[in-house]
Amino acid sequence: MENQKASAYYENRAVQFGVVSTDWLAQAQSATVHSPPHNNDDDEEIPFSVISEFDRWRKHPDLAEAVAAIRALAAVIRSSKASTMMQLEIQLKNASDTLKCWDTTSISLTAACDLFMRYVTRTSALEYEDFNSAKSRLLERAEKFGEISFKARKIIAMLSQDFIFDGCTILVHGFSRVVLQILKLAAQNNKLFRVFCTEGRPDRTGLRLSNELAKLDVPVKLVIDSAVAYTMDEVDMVFVGADGVVESGGIINMMGTYQISLVAKSMSKPVYVAAESYKFARLYPLDQKDLAPALRPVDFGVPIPSKVEVECSARDYTPPQYLTLLFTDLGVLTPSVVSDELIQLYL
Amino acid sequence: MDPSRRAPRAVIDPIPKIRQVGFFAPPERSQSGPPDPTHSSPPISSSLSPVMIPPPRHLSDNLLLHAPRPASSPLSAAAAAGGSGNSFDYGAVFFPAPLSPAIPSSSYSSRIIATTGEGGFFKGNGAGGGKVAASSFPRGGFDLTAMKKAAAASVVVPASELTTVSVVNDSLGIPEKEKGNKAGGSAVEVKDQPNSSKQQKPKLSKAERRALQESQRAAKAAAKGEGSKASGTVATMNAKPAKAVKPAQKVDNAAVAASEKKGGEIPPEKDRKKDAPQPRMQYDDKSRVEKAKRRAVVKQTEARNRVELFRHLPQYEHGSQLPDLEAKFFHLSPVHPSVYKVGLQYLTGDIAGGNARCIAMLQAFQEAIKDYKVPHEKTLVRDLTAKISSYVSFLIECRPLSISMGNAIRFLKSHIAKLPLTLSESEAKASLQSDIERFISEKIILANKVIVKHAVTKIRDGDVLLTYGSSSAVEMILLHAHELGKQFRVVVVDSRPKLRGQLLLRRLVEKGLSCTYTHINAVSYIMHEVTRVFLGASAVLSNGTVYSRVGTACVAMVAHAFRVPVIVCCEAYKFHERVQLDSICSNELGNPDVISNVLGREDVKHLDGWANIENLQLLNLVYDATPSDYVSMIVTDYGMVPPTSVPVIVREYGREQVWI
Repeated sequence: MENQKASAYYENRAVQFGVVSTDWLAQAQSATVHSPPHNNDDDEEIPFSVISEFDRWRKHPDLAEAVAAIRALAAVIRSSKASTMMQLEIQLKNASDTLKCWDTTSISLTAACDLFMRYVTRTSALEYEDFNSAKSRLLERAEKFGEISFKARKIIAMLSQDFIFDGCTILVHGFSRVVLQILKLAAQNNKLFRVFCTEGRPDRTGLRLSNELAKLDVPVKLVIDSAVAYTMDEVDMVFVGADGVVESGGIINMMGTYQISLVAKSMSKPVYVAAESYKFARLYPLDQKDLAPALRPVDFGVPIPSKVEVECSARDYTPPQYLTLLFTDLGVLTPSVVSDELIQLYL
Repeated sequence: MDPSRRAPRAVIDPIPKIRQVGFFAPPERSQSGPPDPTHSSPPISSSLSPVMIPPPRHLSDNLLLHAPRPASSPLSAAAAAGGSGNSFDYGAVFFPAPLSPAIPSSSYSSRIIATTGEGGFFKGNGAGGGKVAASSFPRGGFDLTAMKKAAAASVVVPASELTTVSVVNDSLGIPEKEKGNKAGGSAVEVKDQPNSSKQQKPKLSKAERRALQESQRAAKAAAKGEGSKASGTVATMNAKPAKAVKPAQKVDNAAVAASEKKGGEIPPEKDRKKDAPQPRMQYDDKSRVEKAKRRAVVKQTEARNRVELFRHLPQYEHGSQLPDLEAKFFHLSPVHPSVYKVGLQYLTGDIAGGNARCIAMLQAFQEAIKDYKVPHEKTLVRDLTAKISSYVSFLIECRPLSISMGNAIRFLKSHIAKLPLTLSESEAKASLQSDIERFISEKIILANKVIVKHAVTKIRDGDVLLTYGSSSAVEMILLHAHELGKQFRVVVVDSRPKLRGQLLLRRLVEKGLSCTYTHINAVSYIMHEVTRVFLGASAVLSNGTVYSRVGTACVAMVAHAFRVPVIVCCEAYKFHERVQLDSICSNELGNPDVISNVLGREDVKHLDGWANIENLQLLNLVYDATPSDYVSMIVTDYGMVPPTSVPVIVREYGREQVWI
């Protein structure tokens, strides 16, 4: 099991372990794939440029990986030396493919790149006769998309306040920055509520979240992962983030989300998902094994015998029937609306 | 001059009463607001006393109520042109009857007026649109005049009224029940409301309501040939008496006769229109069934021992249709030979399946359009639409349409309607033929390729796939997955009486797939081995209901109980905006004799002669409806979508169709 290589994202997260508010829940598989550089100077610069730009944005502690990708693609447009619309589109597509190859298991990264391409190219600017006008138009839309994506978290936090009432108890699983923002805003609005954090092994995400909430003077109780059913009686609602929102209306999130949703469903507790719209992906899983695996190492604290197999998957799929509502920057949606939004965007 | 001056006054008096009816007040006000000053000035100039000043405003209201209807009627009438054309002939035959008792007693000058009116009617209303438009306005005016005459007659000469009613009854053949209702109604009205203006109020409101409902019904009937014919018949019959009587309003007998005829017709029409609008004809309505029978090309013998729950669906004895049609091949000039051939193939079941039937129908239409010539003094758009409608009626008689065929026909008719008038005949025909070709290649063939590409991603090594019956899309998916080298096993579930799964099984085994074959009885036994269920569909409705061959719902429910994902593969052109909650409202009845025999077992004859046993009925349903709860995913040419997103696809698809 030591031979299993950790994902690039995991390595990055380990480096940033001590930084405040640092985390990204998407677990990635190993091997960063870079396009081989060509002799041509232009070809050399583009792949290098987009990856380095992405890395630069990614190091920002409060910026989502998907938003970093969007910013990087906008930079590609800005620095492009293409002289025709067709060349610019090709360069943009190559850059997008390069970013997606960087981490093939990150759903939000792929979804954000696809949505960015769709958003930017779906404009009347493509009909401009003057290339410079068209390019500036594209750049304008690219910047706007990045800005919208960056502000998504605030919008979601505001929309979610109606669902948090005084005296309620919220169960949170995983460290999601948008969920943290929701709880932070509720605390600032002087609402009185209590938060249960799951431990979140093996990443100990619950410890980090409880640390953040304690700073806000929010009452927090840390529960081990297997205690979810035990504590569900006291819980009024469940809040989770999402690595990706798929076309069926279900979500892909940190391992354990499906389990918690099953418990909440059987005990009639609502499950609310906070997710930005750039995480909407055109995937339709039918079961857990339908996803490409995203692996991470699991530390049990003691050496594991070589004959023992360990489940290393980092995330699971929660079908739409176990979810109550999705809080997104497009509004508060039922799971069935996700497909409608995707159809209207991609048709 | 006097009659024309009297009519406006008669109209003016009852209007204030109508205004009090809550149902009509808001639309009147909204419609009459802006043009009020314009319409009110002529009546004012003709008024004789200050008492008349307020009513003119309401007069304009009444006039404007009729104005919007002609605007909408021509559209539906254009679509129903074929039906109207046929019903016109029927109406002409019927028309002389109401006037015959009146003619001997009228003066020579009155007869001349009637003749002129009749001639004007024929000349002025050559198009179907004119017919429907004209029928709305004159009827309103006629009702007022006739009602006033009837009231006066009843007061002055009771004895002669009785005589007249008796004469009219004999000539028109009005059923006794309706006559009784009419007489009772008149008596009650005379007693309770001595004032003539009050008597006229309910009559006018009924007329307006009927006109409104009639235009709505015409619009709905446009989608279906038989429906539009019935509507045309009613409209034409109503229009003629109203037109003819107007110039002869001084003749008491004529007015009374027409009034009686009108009264006799009102109750059944009103009752029928109160029901919810029907997408197709209800076969337990005897009068309409007989009308359709008269027009039918295929000789239909109604089946005995029909199942009570499904009496509203058409069911005929099989076996007598095919020889009859074969014998008449050279006599049916209206139907193009290619369409005729496809109809025979439907009848024998040689062409089955939504896609195959749709493609065959469209190709037959292509042939018919290629051989089509525009008749003299007719436009291609109208005449070709009428011809297509008659072909569709013929095909419906051979076998009811599937939803995919309905959508294709709608596509074709909308393209015919949108042809520019500047195109020459050959250009228009070439354009239509290429449109049909593109529909077949894009909406059916290419859509299937996209569906296969999407669905194959859901097949993994080691899977056990279950399919029911024989679906072309599912077959293509399985074969393609096999070509990609995936290792999986197929379970083919089959059911009587058609046993189409055997054909699929044979084709799969030939390609080297590992298969298991079972009957639907054993589906719960085998479902625990299955990892995916792939099903085809005849249609997907707006609420996500999957309308497919009978047995599909059973398989989907068992799969759902075993938590096996159910994947429905359906092209987008089979989606429909209708909502259906069960399999009873709409279905197709197959040949009951088929289920009384066991294929390959001639010795099993327990049900021979079942038709003679009164308390035994055999029911052979063709389709069932699977609720969306049991469907995990629908694979369509727009991607993989949940059942809840079907309305979005329908909306986007409809919009795209307009772009084509």
